[in-house]
Amino acid sequence: MRKAHYIALGFVLLLTLGLLRFPDRADPHVKPAVASLFVPLFGLAGSVERLAGRTSQALTPKRKLGEENERLRRENAELRMRLVQVEEAARENDRLRALIGWARSAPWKGKPARVIARDPANWWRSLHISLGRRDGVAVDAVVLTPEGLVGRVVEVSELRSRVALLGDPACRVAVLVMEGRQVADNGVISGSASVTDSSMVELSYLSPSREVKPGQSVLTSGLGGVFPKGILAGQVIYSHPIEFGLYKKARVKLAVNLDRIEEVWVTTP
Amino acid sequence: MRVFHPILIVAAALLAVFLQARWNFPRLWLSVQIDLLPGLMVYAGLSAGLATVTLLAVAGGLCFDSLSANPTGVSVLPLFAIGLAIQRQRHLILSGQTYAQWVLGLAASAIAPVMVLILLKTLGRDPIVGPGSLWQWLVASLAGAALTPLYFRVFGRLERALCYRPFYETSFRPDREIQRGRH
Repeated sequence: MRKAHYIALGFVLLLTLGLLRFPDRADPHVKPAVASLFVPLFGLAGSVERLAGRTSQALTPKRKLGEENERLRRENAELRMRLVQVEEAARENDRLRALIGWARSAPWKGKPARVIARDPANWWRSLHISLGRRDGVAVDAVVLTPEGLVGRVVEVSELRSRVALLGDPACRVAVLVMEGRQVADNGVISGSASVTDSSMVELSYLSPSREVKPGQSVLTSGLGGVFPKGILAGQVIYSHPIEFGLYKKARVKLAVNLDRIEEVWVTTP
Repeated sequence: MRVFHPILIVAAALLAVFLQARWNFPRLWLSVQIDLLPGLMVYAGLSAGLATVTLLAVAGGLCFDSLSANPTGVSVLPLFAIGLAIQRQRHLILSGQTYAQWVLGLAASAIAPVMVLILLKTLGRDPIVGPGSLWQWLVASLAGAALTPLYFRVFGRLERALCYRPFYETSFRPDREIQRGRH
């Protein structure tokens, strides 16, 4: 090897060791700085997509738009009616809680965000969203869609955040397995059940004495303090005891198709 | 050309990482995200100097890690190792042959993720690995192999479009021209 090769090798080794030796110091500074190089490209891609959306809208026949408008009006009216009922139920809930001296559960607020990028590596499940510290997003903010839970925010920069999806090792969730309105068991969504299928996750630490059946809903339990109680995570596909029968595991099909989500909601304080 | 070439390669690395993060269709169709950087490193190793190889490893690796859950810097060393190995042996490689480019692309795309996973495990991280990873590894290696000759074609065209053609001295000398007729 020539001297120049040794110098280059030494430089790369020192740089890598320096970055990997102190990940807690390097990651919060280096990652956002390098990722900021992509901001114009993400902006450009977003603009192109919006332009394509507007063009396709302009090409849609007026009759079809009118039909869609009518359907949305009906849906809006139905949702308003439901909101009135839910607000009344919430007031009643508050009154009853006050009567028996229970603390009022804090309602969470959400902000819509666009998915701007996904993890380029095959061995992590994460994505980037278009909201950052500037928009009030903090680490551990919960990310969800109307269909169910998506994950939690693990990195926040000024303009964007990285979300660890359900199934990623950085996103473990305490959940309840529901049989109708009754709690059948509780466990933890601990990781991915399949490398190639992001819709399947593994539910661990289920009691060996309780029966967990296919089709039962899996909701967040609120334990752990990150995820609010009652958000749908998915449905049990099947359960099986692990070796020595210490606990049971189940395979859960997630309620949200994580590969296809384009828009999400992020909880803000 | 000396200035343009490294800039083009680093810009291509930035674009490659952006495409990997933005376009999800390989993951939707094949459950695999294809890594575009090892093939680019093969091109850099065969056609550029050591400084460009180092620059590509550092810039490409850091860009990749910045959009991934990887710890910062974990992708730099594998890319550099591939580039250095090719750069050192390039006088023995028929770099103009598509077959050689394909084989080197296959080897680089197969080695890079394995090296990154070994580094991640050494660092105590817990990446999602299972029997399905074998499928991902196979598809990503083959796709990397198929893309590597494309890099040579695209950069060849860019080079012709953006740079001056090299000026070669001809062997023709006017003072030694055979003059016909009467003098």
